[in-house]
Amino acid sequence: MRLDGRFGRFGGTYVPEILVPALEQLEAAFLEAQEDSAFQAELSDLLANYAGRPTPLTRCRNLSSNIYLKREDLLHGGAHKTNQVLAQGLLAKRMGKRRLIAETGAGQHGVATAIVGALLGFETVIYMGAEDVERQALNVFRMRLMGAEVMPVESGGSTLKDAINEALRDWSASFEHTHYLLGTAAGPHPFPTVVREFQRVIGREARAQIVQQLGRLPDAVIACVGGGSNAIGLFADFIPDDVRLIGVEAAGRGVAGTEHGATLLRGRPGILHGAETYVLQDDDGQIADTWSVSAGLDYPAVGPEHAYLMETGRAHYVGVTDHEALAAFRALAVSEGILCAFESAHALAHALKLADEQPETILIVGLSGRGDKDVAQAQQLLGPSA
Amino acid sequence: MSRYAHMFERLKLRGEGAFGAFVMLGDPDLPRSASLLDALVEGGADMIEVGIPFSDPIADGPVIQAASRRALEAGVRVSDCFDLIAGFRERYPDVPIGILTYANLVVARAGFMRDAAQAGADSLLIADIPALEAEPFAREMLQVGIEPVLIAAANTPPDALRNIARLSQAYTYCVSRAGITGTHASGDFEHSLVTRLVEVGASPPVFGFGISEPAHVRAALDASAAGVISGSAIVRQMRLEQPRQRVVDFVSTMKDATKTVYDPSRRSPASVT
Repeated sequence: MRLDGRFGRFGGTYVPEILVPALEQLEAAFLEAQEDSAFQAELSDLLANYAGRPTPLTRCRNLSSNIYLKREDLLHGGAHKTNQVLAQGLLAKRMGKRRLIAETGAGQHGVATAIVGALLGFETVIYMGAEDVERQALNVFRMRLMGAEVMPVESGGSTLKDAINEALRDWSASFEHTHYLLGTAAGPHPFPTVVREFQRVIGREARAQIVQQLGRLPDAVIACVGGGSNAIGLFADFIPDDVRLIGVEAAGRGVAGTEHGATLLRGRPGILHGAETYVLQDDDGQIADTWSVSAGLDYPAVGPEHAYLMETGRAHYVGVTDHEALAAFRALAVSEGILCAFESAHALAHALKLADEQPETILIVGLSGRGDKDVAQAQQLLGPSA
Repeated sequence: MSRYAHMFERLKLRGEGAFGAFVMLGDPDLPRSASLLDALVEGGADMIEVGIPFSDPIADGPVIQAASRRALEAGVRVSDCFDLIAGFRERYPDVPIGILTYANLVVARAGFMRDAAQAGADSLLIADIPALEAEPFAREMLQVGIEPVLIAAANTPPDALRNIARLSQAYTYCVSRAGITGTHASGDFEHSLVTRLVEVGASPPVFGFGISEPAHVRAALDASAAGVISGSAIVRQMRLEQPRQRVVDFVSTMKDATKTVYDPSRRSPASVT
């Protein structure tokens, strides 16, 4: 490895020996691509003319006029995932791979990977927990429509972490011709760095847009954190600034119990899926089952850079419950005419709290995805008349 | 001299390869697991390799995954596994026993390595710690008197192999092909991996992953390996009727195959597949 892949003591490359050469190949390809103007030009073209960048920064008209929404929900595919999937797809081409594999929880990353598989001509296989396959039938159909094969994973709790396990197992046997297109800023080095750099565009745009619209930087930027890719993408360009960075974890049914996904708030350092980071686990180190109303935040580890940003105090992490997120989801729909993803509703819920307490503060909220995928569940939870 | 070193020397004098038998501790429950450890020795296993069940075993195929799940569902804790090892050590003072597990269990539990050593374990292989992360772990193992074991794969580059040779003490766990445990039985072993390991002065090369029949044992030893480890195939025997006897018979057949490699005329017709 050319980079050390550490964020303080977090990160690293904790994978079976057999996978190390594949990660070294990815790191080399990534570092070369970052210096290659042809690669950057092709990526910029795809982001602008295929995916629809830049995405708007929308000032709320009714909720609170000091809340600005970074609209990744308007990106092709319906979430920020598309940014880095296009980039990793180009990297996979560069490495001569012909097959993509990916994990998905609610299906957003699976859909994004199916998109790039169709666009760039890869055989595409998506691992998805059997339980999620059932809950997200529409997203499964979307992936299949775009030519991806969806493999239900029966092992473990049959959710996102089990899908990652299965993707890693596949990759251990297939790395010569297959790229593992990891969907978040977690996992072994170089994934946390690769994904951050390819999501950095979110914060870069938001920073320029707020300066243009308001003539100043925001007081805080707020994003939800599951694995943490949209949060690190939004935070990255604000890290050197005097701007508060707030990550919002899934407090599920309350962090006092076990039904949540609040890894940074309630976990402790450990090693999972290739990285040293915070992990929800029992005394022995067995990985805990997690819960969140939003499948995208339902993950027992977190990107290692978030663990570092928390321990150094540069970023702060808070929890928002299912109930609070659902209320924010509804408020955004009623007041602004925007249906956001349940994941993004966590970030918005915290922003609404802050706006209540300190109405003068300027907040940017990462609206990481649109809510179409959650509409059926929302109907169940809120009742038909909402 | 360590139990492993002693065993390899003894087998070398006899012209035999080592047969390592892997089972998951606590599968299907604690009493039956203890009895199965004895069955491995009874069948003639030279070294015992035991898994400590982890919830997310990314290097394991379906058979070992299921074994881990059975053990965890039976409520098996890490301390129970150390008790099983301690019991084994009392019954068999000389048979080497090594632990194969995952990093989070090792870092989560204060004193994991010390407790493993006190229970009588000889070695520790952490499946998701590659050579480039292994240094601090190996140092800690040596401090408590456990021998580190690292994996070397056919695609491992030369500088990593040198690190593996430096750090892996009891033996070197060789994986000849890509993949996970129990999924690619082919009997195709990379002679060049053994040669490269010998060149950098590695500890005895032992092949694992996909060793499920006597022909694989002989192929691995023909590729100059010092031994083999069979896991999934043994766990499969445990799921059949009369599991204990099945395990004894299977291990005994596999062990026999380690005795015949250096002298083809001694091969019994029955053991030729």
